[in-house]
Amino acid sequence: MAAKKFKCTICGYVHEGDQAPDKCPVCGAPKDAFEEIAEGVQAPAKKGLNTNSNVYTIIYAAVMVIIVAFLLVFVSSSLKERQNNNVIQDTKSQILASLNLAPADVASAYNDYIQMDWLMKEDGTLVKNENTFSTSYKSEFNAGRLHIFQADVDGATKYIIPMNGLGLWGAIWGYIALDADKSTVYGVYFSHASETPGLGGEIATEYFQKRFAGKTVVKDGQIVLNVTKYGTAKDASCQVDGVSGATITSKGVNSMISTVLESYKPFLLSK
Amino acid sequence: MAKNNEVIKTPVWLNNPVVVQILGICSALAVTAKLKPAIVMGLSVTIITALSNVVISLLRKTIPNRIRIIVQLVVVAALVTIVSEILKAFAYDVSVQLSVYIGLIITNCILMGRLEAFAMQNTPWASLLDGIGNGLGYAMILIIVAFVRELFGSGALLGFQIIPQSWYVTNGGWYLNNGLMIMPPMALILVGCIIWVHRAKNEELQEK
Repeated sequence: MAAKKFKCTICGYVHEGDQAPDKCPVCGAPKDAFEEIAEGVQAPAKKGLNTNSNVYTIIYAAVMVIIVAFLLVFVSSSLKERQNNNVIQDTKSQILASLNLAPADVASAYNDYIQMDWLMKEDGTLVKNENTFSTSYKSEFNAGRLHIFQADVDGATKYIIPMNGLGLWGAIWGYIALDADKSTVYGVYFSHASETPGLGGEIATEYFQKRFAGKTVVKDGQIVLNVTKYGTAKDASCQVDGVSGATITSKGVNSMISTVLESYKPFLLSK
Repeated sequence: MAKNNEVIKTPVWLNNPVVVQILGICSALAVTAKLKPAIVMGLSVTIITALSNVVISLLRKTIPNRIRIIVQLVVVAALVTIVSEILKAFAYDVSVQLSVYIGLIITNCILMGRLEAFAMQNTPWASLLDGIGNGLGYAMILIIVAFVRELFGSGALLGFQIIPQSWYVTNGGWYLNNGLMIMPPMALILVGCIIWVHRAKNEELQEK
């Protein structure tokens, strides 16, 4: 080993050479901030355990993994009930958000407004959902269990359909509330897992969601509601402007709406 | 060893993790389109860096040299997971907002950089200060970048409209938001500008 090694005590930069540099190239610390690293020279024998031995390393790793695993299991299981409860409240508040409601007490507001959690059969008729309240409408949708919530807002019937899709970086989801004619949008709610803040993330904002109100979903037996590239919406009755600068997320919202609503067609077209 | 006072001050300015050590650039690009996530991310990183620095510093004499990076990673990942679980149980709204950033904290190079360069050699108290100092230095750059990006990219700060609506072209005015500002490349350009100013002010950092 011809070259010695010097380590900057400020930033940890390691310099190789016969002597320490005049100045640290990384943090600019002066020469005396460097200390030489003893290379090739055995560290003085420590009292007690040799922390470099194989046995010590393996035991250390095993003990660490066991401690961390127990710690995580303990934290996770002791908080599980609270977390599940929070997820249920959050799902309910998202459903209510599609009705343009943001109540402080979600649980009681949900019971007031949402009258039934239906499942759609293949012919478009509705049966009552006998299972407990679900918090993952993606797996429900994939399992062929198509939920429709029936709500009552000031005496008017609304139908809420949960939706799931893909944005640019990850999952996007939402709820669309329709009037009793099963075709006019009453309100929507979108959220996302990891879209870019300020771009795709804008689908979760009120100004974007307001653009859907009053649009037509079904016309001549087809799903016509769609999201276009920003500034290109021509037919104001059923087209919605996407988010400027977030073309892929907007396309994701569009395909989420068309895919999901296509599956609900028997219900939407039934009188 | 430098005095504690310097341990916390140096990383904020002279040895700033973002503009001098060039660590944590990736998250600086990702979360600075708006001011609020930038502040939240800065605070989270400060807390996690300080905590993991202390834990590693306490363990530093027992950690086997050959698996030290793995040990550091396990400590950071465990801490972040626990914090995230607690948030989910007691502050669900915050955890939903943070969902994207929790993962980014684990992979933030500042954490591993500080653990390896500082906490492995220093006492818990100095490591705590070093963690806080580096976290604050990181948060400061994020906030400066996010301030500029949100103000000129969205005309708002923390979601409140700053530039009057009547100035906008759509309302018959003359002003348009700068769309480039909310794109990730602009964060890189702004960080570059900050490095430029920072180097100009600190002659000892200039490369000859």
